[in-house]
Amino acid sequence: MASTDRDLIPAPEPSALSFVVEGIKDRLLAVQDYTLLCCRALACAFTPPIYVPDTLEQSDIIGVGSLPIVLLTGFFIGMVMVVQTAAQFVRFGETSLTGDVVSLALVRELGPAITGLLVAGRNASGMASELGSMVVTEQVDAMRAMGTDPMRKLVAPRVTATVLMMPLLVAMFDLVGLIGGFLISYFTLRIGAVEFWTRAFNALQLSDVAQGMAKPFFFGFVVATVGCYQGLTVRGGTQGVGRATTQAVVVASVLILVSDFFLTKVALFLAGGKAF
Amino acid sequence: MLGASIRNQPPPTPPLPGDRRPPEPVVTAEPVISFEDVHLEFDEGEILRGINLQVMPRETKVLVGETRTGKTLILKLAAGLLKPSAGHVRVLGSDLGSMSELELLAFRREIGFVFQEGALFDSQTVGDNVAYRLMEEGVDPDETEARVREVLRFVELEDTIDKLPSELSGGMRRRVSIARALASRPPIMLYDSPTAGLDPVTSQTIITLILRLRDTQGVTSMLATHRLQDAFGLANYRFDGPRNRVVPADATHGGQPATEFLVLRDGLIYFQGQPEQLRNSRDDYLKSFLVEARE
Repeated sequence: MASTDRDLIPAPEPSALSFVVEGIKDRLLAVQDYTLLCCRALACAFTPPIYVPDTLEQSDIIGVGSLPIVLLTGFFIGMVMVVQTAAQFVRFGETSLTGDVVSLALVRELGPAITGLLVAGRNASGMASELGSMVVTEQVDAMRAMGTDPMRKLVAPRVTATVLMMPLLVAMFDLVGLIGGFLISYFTLRIGAVEFWTRAFNALQLSDVAQGMAKPFFFGFVVATVGCYQGLTVRGGTQGVGRATTQAVVVASVLILVSDFFLTKVALFLAGGKAF
Repeated sequence: MLGASIRNQPPPTPPLPGDRRPPEPVVTAEPVISFEDVHLEFDEGEILRGINLQVMPRETKVLVGETRTGKTLILKLAAGLLKPSAGHVRVLGSDLGSMSELELLAFRREIGFVFQEGALFDSQTVGDNVAYRLMEEGVDPDETEARVREVLRFVELEDTIDKLPSELSGGMRRRVSIARALASRPPIMLYDSPTAGLDPVTSQTIITLILRLRDTQGVTSMLATHRLQDAFGLANYRFDGPRNRVVPADATHGGQPATEFLVLRDGLIYFQGQPEQLRNSRDDYLKSFLVEARE
């Protein structure tokens, strides 16, 4: 009888506190899994066997594939910067400073951040959906069953390719942005080519270029690892793949913007001894 | 009745070079695969609650049971794709639970796994899919090509070598999956519902392939299925290598092939024994299970 009575008593409903605790535990576990994936991806990227053809293929997809949107966006960002700043500089009669502003803003901040966001939108989503589809169709399990480490075959090539391609994409973004800025300066503010480019180059110090070229390595790592993590942890079939794709873009974009702030602080501290 | 579809078999398939090699006599009594009080637990609860089984050399162990009883999980445990929460899974004498993922990756090359939906790499051609493991092992390209054609000929799909998996039917994809698992000639084959969702004729082709592998190559295997006709087909028929066709497994050819059934229920082995014992069982659950499975 006692056991029958116990069976009839409904299980207690989970309290709000248990929901919160479970939620925190899930997040912490996700952070732990992501950290492990990052460590293993790094280890696989530097130890044999290295899948060079896969890395080259991913470099083509990520680097060459992202080039059109990076160039187009960079060109218009450069132009819009001049349009926005020119209105202010005209008030003070300092339109010659346009080259300085465009160059500093693009190289130090806008180039890495916007390129990072563009690559996250295009490639983190692509990685999440591709790997997620492989997970739900058991292709990743099949790979493991045939003696291949998915971390080496799938994750490491994507991480290496993204980390190597990002600085090149940022350099192209900066260059095209400056060209866009120059064209608008030339046709609307009547600033000569020599004046614009001289000021643009002189405004930059080595630390600015170093900062602008160091960030993309980190952003590339974030984009690839977040995309791969979201893809490899897909649950729930095709609906789960869709969720992972969205999550990959959101998480990668937020991580890029948050880490950009801290990287900038560190870079300024290293360059001048002060973060402000 | 259960073997009726096997009797109406299609024309015999071309032989593998290995078919000419007679099966070697069994020289060891050590099990190839053994589960010792294996438990498996996920967030939603314990799925396997103490599995004990042994698969002897050249034996075929057929796992049957209702859906979500853990048939696929047992195969994945045997392949080292999952680790038990408790207990030991030993394959070829190695305790898979104590091996690192790196050791398991190398070890899994001894095992061929046929996944339920084929799990072919959809961005690669059939030829590349079948050649995958050989290329990973660094086999010479000419030898790889020859082996790929050989196993594709075995599953009668040599003409699909340059096609993508999306261009194949469900049954063809399943056969390519078997060819892929066979390419490196593993001593153990694990089949996860290889005939699920296929029409009877295609299912019969797949079962014939499995019979050939068992009876001409001496492969030890585990097969999870919910189709009892396939399970009894494996038990009641054998592949006659010299005649290159499926024949009833009668006493004149060495008796019944070593095939044993396992019925899973609620995370435990409910029945383990010969097909005839299952068929003649008076247990109510087994009787109702047999009736439902036939329907």
